[in-house]
Amino acid sequence: MGRYILMRLAGVVGVLIAVSFITFMLMKAIPSGPFDMMGVQANKAIPDQLKRQLEAKYGLDQPVFMQYLLFVRNAVKLDFGYSFYYQGQTIAQIFQNQWPYSIQLGLLTMGFSILIGMGLGILAAMKQGTFFDYLGTAISLFCLAMPSFVLALLLQIVFAIKLGWVPTGGWDSPKQWILPVLANSLGPVLVLQRYTRASMVDVMRSNYVRTAKAKGLTEQRVTFIHIFKNALTPIVTVGGPMLAGLITGSFFVESIFRIPGIGQFWVTAIQNRDYPLIMATTLAWTAIISITYLITDLVYAVIDPRVTYVKEK
Amino acid sequence: MAVSATTLTPAKVKKSSSLGMAWRRFLSRKWAVAAGIFILLEIMIAIFAPVIAPYDPYYSDYTATYQKPNAKYLLGTDDMGRDVLSRIIYGTRVSYSVGVLSQVCIVIIGLPIGAIAGLIGGWVDYVTMRVIDVLSSIPGMLLYILLMVALGGGSGNVFQALSNIILAMSLTGWIGIARLVRGQVLSLKESDFVRAARSMGADNTWIIKTHILRNALTPVVISMTLGVPGAMFGEAGLSFLGLGIAPPTPSWGQMIGIYQSFARTWPHLILYPALVLAVTMLAWILLGDGVRDALDPNIRM
Repeated sequence: MGRYILMRLAGVVGVLIAVSFITFMLMKAIPSGPFDMMGVQANKAIPDQLKRQLEAKYGLDQPVFMQYLLFVRNAVKLDFGYSFYYQGQTIAQIFQNQWPYSIQLGLLTMGFSILIGMGLGILAAMKQGTFFDYLGTAISLFCLAMPSFVLALLLQIVFAIKLGWVPTGGWDSPKQWILPVLANSLGPVLVLQRYTRASMVDVMRSNYVRTAKAKGLTEQRVTFIHIFKNALTPIVTVGGPMLAGLITGSFFVESIFRIPGIGQFWVTAIQNRDYPLIMATTLAWTAIISITYLITDLVYAVIDPRVTYVKEK
Repeated sequence: MAVSATTLTPAKVKKSSSLGMAWRRFLSRKWAVAAGIFILLEIMIAIFAPVIAPYDPYYSDYTATYQKPNAKYLLGTDDMGRDVLSRIIYGTRVSYSVGVLSQVCIVIIGLPIGAIAGLIGGWVDYVTMRVIDVLSSIPGMLLYILLMVALGGGSGNVFQALSNIILAMSLTGWIGIARLVRGQVLSLKESDFVRAARSMGADNTWIIKTHILRNALTPVVISMTLGVPGAMFGEAGLSFLGLGIAPPTPSWGQMIGIYQSFARTWPHLILYPALVLAVTMLAWILLGDGVRDALDPNIRM
């Protein structure tokens, strides 16, 4: 098992190196640099000489490959330096200040989605072909067809602007959490509903459930001990990566509801040509997602004894 | 009645009847048929937009801005006095060209890569899969936006903008199809009917052509249909951010993005492009589900 984990960790490092290289080269291929964008922002171009001095200061005058090596040397020490756009702030500070908002939004979304998505999935599977089954299908179709930013805007218009029940944005009080969490849970609810239903139906048809029923166990015992426990296992596989995706923030929901999370930073970072921030966010996301996959696989092996990663002798 | 040997042409009979059966299965799904008709209608609208649109979508009437829906302007006018209905009708062109063409490009790139990896196996397969692993570890939206900006974005010429979006989408989207085709090929290679064909002396070309590729194509068609709404969403999202189709050319996502800034005073404006986008995506999803059920009755979600 230890060997397996080591191999996988080595794989994560390899992926990080490859991803950082691709992103770095793509980023450098984008026309115009960070100081041109500052000029656009200030509505007047930065003089050429000053631009050259700035570029020399940040090492941007060197060949691209040297710049990459320099980046790697610092990145290994987890030092991503200063943001080119948010002056005077290091990347670490930006992460520290903004990320907690995204994590909070992500966790709330996850909790809500588990409640609704799995609830609907279980109901649909237990009462196949009834109203609940169709309700589940209808809700999952709605989630699939409705783009998240459209739902976010519509929720904002109806409940915040027209009805005035909740504020239009911000993240200070629980009242402001409701709409963003609703809009954000569109995708997760869909996935959880579908997986839960499919997995439950699968288990309900299995031989051990038939055996349990034949033994004369009570309906509740069969449902809770035999069906639930086994049906939940495959859901872990989707739940892990889903949580990773959620805590890394959502661009649309965060910007529409003016939540100061980290999710909006990577899009604005590209627009601002904020090289250190682009690299740091990409690598942070990649690391989180790869490690979550690893943890998911390990958890899976623990809860399902049929899964093993060690070759038997 | 005895069947004479000459009338037995199994391959031909099977092919036509299986497609016919798929077609009948598709027709039996009312929602999918309705969605298909709706999509055909929208395609006609996209093609004949100049004839159907009541006004020029680019013409600004500054004496009639922010009009509520009325008899003259059925869906009202926007911030620059342009007819919202006409702009939505022209927006159909953007959504459909991105939605459909991107899927075609994705298959053109992904299918051969997946098929080659699966068929040849060995180090070719290993290298392809590692490349796919790395590319799929980069957050999709980020790679997509980076590519889009690196290609020059959506400003300027409409065709340039459209081809940039489609290219960025294809360069990130082929991974899914390649994975799908590879998996299919690998499992088909080991399937009983391929073994049977081989034991009867069929050569590799024959097996690949008639057994593997033909069977691997079904999931590709399904994934293409189900990929269209995703691509439409991608374009809408990008244009919503102001990175996609640039004004004055109308696109649904871009309209939603622009109307967002006056949602407080004129909330009705967002409603129409949002509704059209959501209903179109829903129609494609229903069509995709129908196609899936028709082509492959064994898959059940």
